[in-house]
Amino acid sequence: MADKVLMKGNEALAEAAIMAGCRHYFGYPITPQTEVAAYLSKRMPQIGGTFLQAESEIAAINMVIGVASAGKRVMTSSSSPGISLKSEGLSYLAGCDLPALVVNVQRGGPGLGGIQPSQSDYFQATRGAGHGDFHMLVLAPASVQEMASLVFKGFDLADKYRMTTMILADGTMGQMMEPVSLDMGEVQSYDKSWAVTGTQGKRRHNIVNSLSLLPEELEQWNIARYERYHTIEENETMVEKFMADDAEIVVVAFGVAARVARNAIVAAREKGIKAGLIRPITLWPFPKKQLRDAAKHAKAFVSVELSMGQMIEDVELSIRCARPVLLCSRVGGMIPTPEEVLAKIEEAARTGGDEA
Amino acid sequence: MKTTNILISGFGGQGVLFTGKFLAYEGLLENKEVTWLPSYGPEMRGGTASCSVIISDTAIGSPLVPHPDILIAMNLPSLDRFEDAVVPGGMIFYDSSLIERAVKRTDVKAFGVPATKLADEAGMSTLANMIVMGKMLRESGLFPHDTIDRTIQKVVSAKRQNLVELNRKAIAMGYEL
Repeated sequence: MADKVLMKGNEALAEAAIMAGCRHYFGYPITPQTEVAAYLSKRMPQIGGTFLQAESEIAAINMVIGVASAGKRVMTSSSSPGISLKSEGLSYLAGCDLPALVVNVQRGGPGLGGIQPSQSDYFQATRGAGHGDFHMLVLAPASVQEMASLVFKGFDLADKYRMTTMILADGTMGQMMEPVSLDMGEVQSYDKSWAVTGTQGKRRHNIVNSLSLLPEELEQWNIARYERYHTIEENETMVEKFMADDAEIVVVAFGVAARVARNAIVAAREKGIKAGLIRPITLWPFPKKQLRDAAKHAKAFVSVELSMGQMIEDVELSIRCARPVLLCSRVGGMIPTPEEVLAKIEEAARTGGDEA
Repeated sequence: MKTTNILISGFGGQGVLFTGKFLAYEGLLENKEVTWLPSYGPEMRGGTASCSVIISDTAIGSPLVPHPDILIAMNLPSLDRFEDAVVPGGMIFYDSSLIERAVKRTDVKAFGVPATKLADEAGMSTLANMIVMGKMLRESGLFPHDTIDRTIQKVVSAKRQNLVELNRKAIAMGYEL
């Protein structure tokens, strides 16, 4: 482990962005992600990059659209209320088929909410990031190492599919320190002949635009985009399994909830309950197939979330409600304890998940 | 296979987060799995700050420490808040020059260190935390004694190398109590 350093999740994320070739960052401070901006305000000038604290989140996301149009890797970050402000820009990025990386280090909501960790922007990230038919790739880190490696991978995926990758983290992942290896590998390069970089009078000009007043054309744009989404669902789904192969009680959790669930699963196994974890790393695309397969040996599922129950809908849809799904959740900045998760696993084992 | 859960708590400015960082680096340099999770937000601006550190031989699940094996309490609100959370058989280290009451629990080992007083007398008033840490390292046997210097070099930032010697002195003072 000699090559590892201790870093905060927010800082590891920022350094990984630089390693991925990102030289443009636009942000606006908000707890608990402010260290991303603070770190990049020091690093970007050292390497000839651009750090800009915009006048608002809305300005920052529109600056992202500008740099993405020019074919350069670009990032913005915020926390829950700030992501809502970026909503219009996220829709425009999708409509223009532009690659970008957007980070949400979630805090409790709705409204201004609090500043402690939350996962209650799950629906927003996977369903309703903005108006219109579109998806973002949504990656959910569960360690400081993944705060770095998923940013690096996220830039690749964004370029490969010309769409936004969102890193959906939470306050814990942003603030905690763990050993991290910054050996990220080679930066891939992608065709960006679509970028608006000037023609020098040698070719027809490119257009980056989300407007089409011809319904026939706009329909085709949407259909083509969804064909691309289908390819992504086939090829880019990522999960981590922990003791899941023979599990009768399958816990589904991401981010910090998955870390807590891991303790509970070890405790459940010690009590003779066959519990296991399926941790979605991609929240979109959601690992539907992996959960459907798990339903073949599972008696019941437990969805552990820092929300009132959002991902649980995707769990139920994925398994076509073939098994009961119980919810274990805390909200408002609270985090379930391993004991609370264990109690829910035991309830599922005892009742088979059927409500009394 | 061993996992040690540590909770460090005190006023903002008492070096609580730094103390935790030192322990996390000790763990990293000893090839352990480690997590360090600070409290963040308004309590850091004047109120009580705390920091959870886990050091383990195996992969760490939850980074939260609701039930510490070792509690370092640098002020009374911290001891009041976390004393009952310590696991039976655990250890409590506290600054007895700021906390006038004794530890009530009888199923834990308690060590009062007059750290703020000792630090003031030695002309290093900001290093009471490292004096308590020295005592903790001695009594817990968490890391070998000869690893301490190396970790101080690593944790004290390059710009403040003048503080290396002072940190070394503070830890030694606690270690030899």
